[in-house]
Amino acid sequence: MSINLSQPAVELRESRLKTITGYEGDAAELLSRNDIPNRERSFTQCGSCSADQVMNLLTQIQDAAVVEHGPAGCAGDIPMRNGVFRTGNKRMGYNVHNVKYLNTNLDEKDTIYGGGTKLEKAIREARRRFNPKAIFVTTTCASAIIGDDVPGICNELEEEFGIPVIATLCEGFRTNIWATGFDSANHSILRKIVKPARQKQPDLINVISFEHKFLYESVFRQLGLRANHIVPLSTVEELERISEAVATVQYCETLGSYLAAGLEEHFGVLEIKAPAPFGIKASDELLREIGGIFHKEEEVEKVIISEKEKIAEDLERLRGRLTGKTAYIAAGGPLAYSIIALVKDLGMEVVGTSVWHHDQRYDNDDERLNFLRFGVETYGNFKVGVCNKQAFEVTNAINKYKPDIAITRHLATVWAAKLGVPSIFAGNEPTEMLYDGLIRFGQSIDDAISNPAYIKNVAKHSKLPYTDWWLKQGTYSFLRGEQND
Amino acid sequence: MTEIIQGPRHGCALGAQQTVVAIERAIPILHAGPGCGSKLHRGLSLAGGYQGAGYAGADAIPCTNMVEKDVVFGGTDKLRDVIEGTLKIMDGDFFVVLTGCTADIIGDDVGSIVNEFREQGVPIVHAETAGFKGDAYKGHELVLEAIIKQHLKPAAQIEKGLVNVFASVPRHDPFWEGDLNEIKKLLAGIGLKANILFGYNSGGIRALEAIPAAQFNLVVSPYIGLKIAELLGEKFQTPYLHYPVLPVGGIETSKFLRTVAEFAGTISEQTEKFVVQQEDEFYHYIVRAADVLTEYRLNQPKRFYNINDASYALGFSKFLVNELGYFPIHQFINEDVPEEYKDAIEGYFKELSPEISSDITFTQDGGAIEDKIRSIKALTAPLVLASSWEFDIAKEISGLHLSVGLPIIDRLILHHTYVGYIGGLNLVEDIYTRLLSKNRE
Repeated sequence: MSINLSQPAVELRESRLKTITGYEGDAAELLSRNDIPNRERSFTQCGSCSADQVMNLLTQIQDAAVVEHGPAGCAGDIPMRNGVFRTGNKRMGYNVHNVKYLNTNLDEKDTIYGGGTKLEKAIREARRRFNPKAIFVTTTCASAIIGDDVPGICNELEEEFGIPVIATLCEGFRTNIWATGFDSANHSILRKIVKPARQKQPDLINVISFEHKFLYESVFRQLGLRANHIVPLSTVEELERISEAVATVQYCETLGSYLAAGLEEHFGVLEIKAPAPFGIKASDELLREIGGIFHKEEEVEKVIISEKEKIAEDLERLRGRLTGKTAYIAAGGPLAYSIIALVKDLGMEVVGTSVWHHDQRYDNDDERLNFLRFGVETYGNFKVGVCNKQAFEVTNAINKYKPDIAITRHLATVWAAKLGVPSIFAGNEPTEMLYDGLIRFGQSIDDAISNPAYIKNVAKHSKLPYTDWWLKQGTYSFLRGEQND
Repeated sequence: MTEIIQGPRHGCALGAQQTVVAIERAIPILHAGPGCGSKLHRGLSLAGGYQGAGYAGADAIPCTNMVEKDVVFGGTDKLRDVIEGTLKIMDGDFFVVLTGCTADIIGDDVGSIVNEFREQGVPIVHAETAGFKGDAYKGHELVLEAIIKQHLKPAAQIEKGLVNVFASVPRHDPFWEGDLNEIKKLLAGIGLKANILFGYNSGGIRALEAIPAAQFNLVVSPYIGLKIAELLGEKFQTPYLHYPVLPVGGIETSKFLRTVAEFAGTISEQTEKFVVQQEDEFYHYIVRAADVLTEYRLNQPKRFYNINDASYALGFSKFLVNELGYFPIHQFINEDVPEEYKDAIEGYFKELSPEISSDITFTQDGGAIEDKIRSIKALTAPLVLASSWEFDIAKEISGLHLSVGLPIIDRLILHHTYVGYIGGLNLVEDIYTRLLSKNRE
């Protein structure tokens, strides 16, 4: 694969990674092919858009400003993004402050006469108000359809201001795969922020994650490595220097595939070619790969032994309680596959999975990064439905399987609760990574299953918004070409 | 040209989806981009005190998720499929199709698709709610207008004592459900049956269909709901009472109840007894609070800013001035108020009490609000009744901050209300709990 940084627009996942959002089958079939055609639905519920995921990263940079060129409703995600940003800074002991965000508030007249003048004014205001080190200017459906020249305006102001003013093209209608928004944000960072390394720093490792900088800390400290956590909570200056790290590690291809591959191709920062550290075997493999690259093979073996010793007692206790319990997993592609490793390591059974999308290849086309392969080879085949975050399908499946627990992400957990199924949210802060993460995750499951009083109350006093007819149909019967009664 | 926005609050017209979700067993259907519904749910409901998905909100909302080929070729066929699917899959009594920017810019003929279903007897209406048309208050009025024009029929008989209430905007104003239920209880006390339309036990489509049977419509807000009341007047000849002040506390609530009872013709010894008793109970607790309210070692915030929509800013200002003896510094009205109402709203703030008035600024831009606050020298540490966007500016001026307007990301709000006698007590408790915990923890 090649990461093309010459154009403002990122190449879409549909063509770049042959990503699909509609499929029913199993992991073995998905692994055996990379040309499965996408299947559309004749009924859909609200999804997400790439502009939303762009904000997931760009608003979380400490000293960059974001100007969103669109109507005010496109800013609906911003109040909660601000909450996540403030929580992240608070946890880390950093200065707690609001996100540096402006919206151009396009109105009806702008859709007729164009919103270019307003955009220029907003970018100037962003500079005056926030004194940022860089300004990201993002697009929306409305601004893209009316055809405002966002890259042109950005280029002119970049020259005038002497700081990067970056057109980040992410209008929602352009792609069916909202994870493309992560790529758009990372594309902008690679194109305009990251600078060539002045000097490589032999103990520095980039960690692509969200707002949870502390996760790998203890392990990295034991190995004598410094972690550079990107993108959320970083400063622009830190992002400029991510080229100076030896390697990049990530935990979710959906989030980090493009950035990791781009750093390798354009800045010589190796991507760690190992599965994300979910479950014991994957954690071993990832740490060994890191050890090899940083020449710390012996230290890694010691860490693996000591980390396993630390969790041994708890793991045995949790396995005793959870063995044989069933789980349904609904999450983004690679992360859902990763959660399977956790569930299996805890002795549980996976009755089914719904993933939001499936990338049929990764930006760094290396099989060691393929967690689906790792999962199937380590834990055996499992059922997969690719459901584009469609709540009606996930609810239907949970109702059919009646698992002991539903593990979901991005989707409201209340739907499983209304079915009386204990549900935990594998949140934006995957504290379930590495050895101690397995214990934290297992404890959450055990707590959810052991006293489901709240869930039972919810189920008893509420109703799902679905017809009984729908709950009896095949989960994927609204994929085009399928039949329902 | 509309102003740019820092610290976004009130979404866009497609936020009308929240109004539909608040109607029991109603299902919104969006003909819009893939991210609109989720963003608006988070911005208006989740960031409004963690309101949750509701019956068919959040990721359960049917949506065409318009992509590039729909922009190029039109999305009406897709919309027809999604409506058909909705009727099979979603268990609802009433369906409302709402369009977003993409559908409205490319000009999809949504009306004729929706008509195909209406002709088959499906209870379905549609509203053009493109985001660029205005904020979610505008969307709320657009969807109510659509329901009235496309679904409601004249009543066979007017039901004496039935009153439609247009006050706190559902699933947008974080306290809407507590507020509407409090108004319902208060009106019951003066012999009226409130049709609150939204939220728990409000009646769903039956409540909507009962609108034309009401004796009168009651608008409790400086302006939101006025257009609806006027439309209902034209269409069903229903009279309306406009009470511009959201009643908070003893004085204003008693005045409100007496005004409404007078208008409704229910005023009697019995209603007067109810008002007097409620007021008496309110002051029982207010008196009990005197030791804290007159305590000056805690750096009492005797001056205040409101940063909120017009309705709450006015209701709270009246309460603080007339019940607690506070002084207004400057008030910020942060929704997209239509020009035609601005003079009247300024007038309401001119007469907070016979002696005390407040200047106000209409702005949706948090940056402009912060600039203005920084330019004012406050005599004492002020009370900042605002949103979660104002944590930092409140700290900067050593103010006492309480999140009472969208977005509220630091409180879980279920049935809490600031309306009525109980609402006034709640506000006093919340302000002084904040003050005490700041000083004592």
